Amino acid sequence: MCQACGCGDTNIVPVSLNERILAANDRAARHNREHFRDRHVSAINLMGSPGAGKTAVLEATARMLGPGARVGVLAGDLATDNDAQRIRAAGMVAESITTGTACHLDADMIHKGLHRMPEWRTFDYLFIENVGNLVCPAVYDLGQDVNVVALSVTEGEDKPLKYPTMFQKADLVLLTKIDLLPHLPDVRIETIRENLSIVMPAPRMFSVSARTGEGIDRWVHWLEGLRVPRASEHVIVGAL
Amino acid sequence: MHEYSIVQSLFDQIRDTARARGAVAVHRVTIQIGEIAGVEVELLRTAYELFRERTICEHAPLEVEAVAVRWTCPDGHGDVTRGHALVCAVCARPARLAAGDEIVLKQLELEVP
Repeated sequence: MCQACGCGDTNIVPVSLNERILAANDRAARHNREHFRDRHVSAINLMGSPGAGKTAVLEATARMLGPGARVGVLAGDLATDNDAQRIRAAGMVAESITTGTACHLDADMIHKGLHRMPEWRTFDYLFIENVGNLVCPAVYDLGQDVNVVALSVTEGEDKPLKYPTMFQKADLVLLTKIDLLPHLPDVRIETIRENLSIVMPAPRMFSVSARTGEGIDRWVHWLEGLRVPRASEHVIVGAL
Repeated sequence: MHEYSIVQSLFDQIRDTARARGAVAVHRVTIQIGEIAGVEVELLRTAYELFRERTICEHAPLEVEAVAVRWTCPDGHGDVTRGHALVCAVCARPARLAAGDEIVLKQLELEVP
């Protein structure tokens, strides 16, 4: 009630908040990140358009890493389990996160996905294959260590300029399907690189072909640079 | 179409704030959306209009403040011009995003009995 004269009017009070609208997702992402740090799991959020070659890159990565690496994948998919099946066939542990009509994964979906894949605690790498989409996934922190965007040579040189939010958030861009370049006389890798530098402050791009294996070694080497060895992988000195 | 899920989060946030302060209605909602936040403002408005019926926000217009993107040198050499490589013209260090990715609930006008 109005305190000044007791007239019965209600008070309208301005309240300054300045809070991120996705604060709840940010909290869930922090929680995931703490889990990954505790278990020394490197989490990679792999994004890109539908058909950019995300699953194929993961299959090629499994081949290059070999059976010694402990790798798992949470695969976001609108309606099917196809990606997870392909990844399992390539020798990785995989769980699907079926999003229905949702166009992105959020931190809570990752948390629930981890519950269905308890082996994640033993992984060296957890790949999160996001829903094929160059807009929405960039908005949601999942608790990953790095964002990687797969961009295929058939998508056009100006993709980075059209989707600046996605590429601005990328730590690495994988230019995929480079085995197709001989059929694409108008596509220049240098132009893609220049366009990336306009939207990405520290542009880093590797050219790869999942089909021929070209460039996959460089990508895997980059992944190895993310690894934080587990305590048990050091020589343990002193106390138990 | 993540604008719908953003509006859902916005309503959760408003509801919690209103409850904590004993408000009976919201009279205005002011949010900030950055130019490269990845949010389509018109879609967000549509989603807001759809959701607000029969909620505490039924009579609250949505004000959206656009925030322009701004890149700066991390070493204090000032703004980095857009449309070129995002590195400082003085020291060549990669630019830092200073503004333009906001998805922020800035202010509410609450009716408190």
